[in-house]
Amino acid sequence: MKRDRKGLSLTFWLFSSLITLFPIYWMFCVSAKSRVELFGAPTFLIRSFFSENYWATLTNTSFQGYMFNSIVIATSNALLVTTLSLFATYALSRYKLSGKENIFFWTITNRMAPPAAFLLPLFLLYTQVFVVGDWKMFDTRIGLILLYCVFNLPFAIWTMRGVVDAIPQELDEAAFVDGASTWQVILHVILPLARPGLAVTAILTWVFAWNEYLFAATLTSVHARTITTGLAEFVTVTGTNWGQMAATAMLTLIPAIIFLSLVQKHIVAGLTFGAVKG
Amino acid sequence: MRPQSVGWLFLAPTLLILAVFGVLPFIYVLVVSFFDWNSFAADPTMRFSGVQNYRDLVFDTGFLMSLWNTLKFGVFAVASEIVLGYFLAQLFMRNFPLKGFFRTIHTLPLMIAPVAVGATWRLMTVPGLGPIPYYLDRWFGYDYLISRYAGQAFLTTVVMDVWHWTPLVTLTLLAALSSMPKEPFEQAQIDGANKLQTFWYVTLPLLKPAILSAVFIRLMDAMRTVDEVWMLTGGGPAAATRYVGLYIWRVVFPKTDYGYGSAMSLITLYLTIVLCWLLYAGLVARRDLRKPE
Repeated sequence: MKRDRKGLSLTFWLFSSLITLFPIYWMFCVSAKSRVELFGAPTFLIRSFFSENYWATLTNTSFQGYMFNSIVIATSNALLVTTLSLFATYALSRYKLSGKENIFFWTITNRMAPPAAFLLPLFLLYTQVFVVGDWKMFDTRIGLILLYCVFNLPFAIWTMRGVVDAIPQELDEAAFVDGASTWQVILHVILPLARPGLAVTAILTWVFAWNEYLFAATLTSVHARTITTGLAEFVTVTGTNWGQMAATAMLTLIPAIIFLSLVQKHIVAGLTFGAVKG
Repeated sequence: MRPQSVGWLFLAPTLLILAVFGVLPFIYVLVVSFFDWNSFAADPTMRFSGVQNYRDLVFDTGFLMSLWNTLKFGVFAVASEIVLGYFLAQLFMRNFPLKGFFRTIHTLPLMIAPVAVGATWRLMTVPGLGPIPYYLDRWFGYDYLISRYAGQAFLTTVVMDVWHWTPLVTLTLLAALSSMPKEPFEQAQIDGANKLQTFWYVTLPLLKPAILSAVFIRLMDAMRTVDEVWMLTGGGPAAATRYVGLYIWRVVFPKTDYGYGSAMSLITLYLTIVLCWLLYAGLVARRDLRKPE
């Protein structure tokens, strides 16, 4: 009887995984088929891998630009956010600052706001207020890098708070007694111990920044376009090239898949920020 | 030895960025919402108009419809996600071979860009290409065309959201289930409670905070869904899936009616906060009940 249950559970998980993976698998099928193959009955087997869709995207100069922008923006944002959140959580955890718990809660409210409500003011700020001479913040990579901090910083602070709080205060006290500066304590005591948490935070913020679309679509026009806006361009054009769209979408999810398999074990703590404490 | 000023110095860059890119736009949108300002209008300057923009909103049937649809979408999607997520989380509490592998697969949709999720589902539902319309027609003779039937389009957006976001609920509840104390369950067993009673009187009250925060996070996200639905249906047919974020972004934004758009943004923000506040009140009430023990 026990064996039966094991078989049953395995069948269930296989079936459930099939449902979960099917949309992605279908996208892969579309991306790997030629135009001729796509019409007619949908088939779920790929006889020969049609790589032209991928090459069309990879060799397209504007898509190369989009991908470059996405990589630069996501990487800079992840680095900036993890660095700032380490400092911020160190301050929140080790100093007696008046009203720090309020500040801690206030940071998360920045994440709650619907982005659509901020499109308009940000568009106006970027085109008319954040202007220095000929330079506008509109359509720049730095504009997106700083903006993504608004939703990534609160997330990073909330996950890093637990990590830094868990590092025993005695360790930095001992370092201070030995004559270390605050700077050295962060660099040589906190940083090495917080590294696993920092890595998960960095990877998740990277993915969030890579995935963002709405702000990228509204606040850029030519120079700072990202891969997600490139993907969305397929939809508005009449006579969509489905194969190439699928190939581009597959390319956008490769980093997510790689990173997920890296942090799979730690993700429960990372993604549920604060929920468990409740 | 540890002056406060150093602490503030460490916090300063974070607070500065959040103030400039989070608070400043909020103040800006608040101010603009009291002005009549349209850069395409005959008079493209800002003119103070008091609460006129808000008054117009109340009679804007397009906006009210999109609010209603958003709410419906949020409730249907989040309710299904909680039920499904709880079920999966409970199953993940058991031991079975390849657990880590299956958990990775069931987390995967969460990591995909919303735009790519929309693209994926569009590829599944496009007539003449996607398997869903093809097999529904062939096996059941069912006419599936989300570019024509509003109900189907609505349901498809809900299913897509459930596919994309159930993993988040599963992970949240899984974390809560793993940190739950064992004693109440043993006690219930000793008292001879059956499975249903145990679930109702032990599991559910203990899990309530986690369920509420999952609802809280998911409802906020659902209320602001834009990119996925935009890729899947483009807000159609007609305005059936034009949820409020889409409405602001695709209808108000291109019209450059800044004052009106700002008022609409604020009302959306306000309604989201009210909804969350109601849920939060539920959370706090629950905490007070638990304290005495």
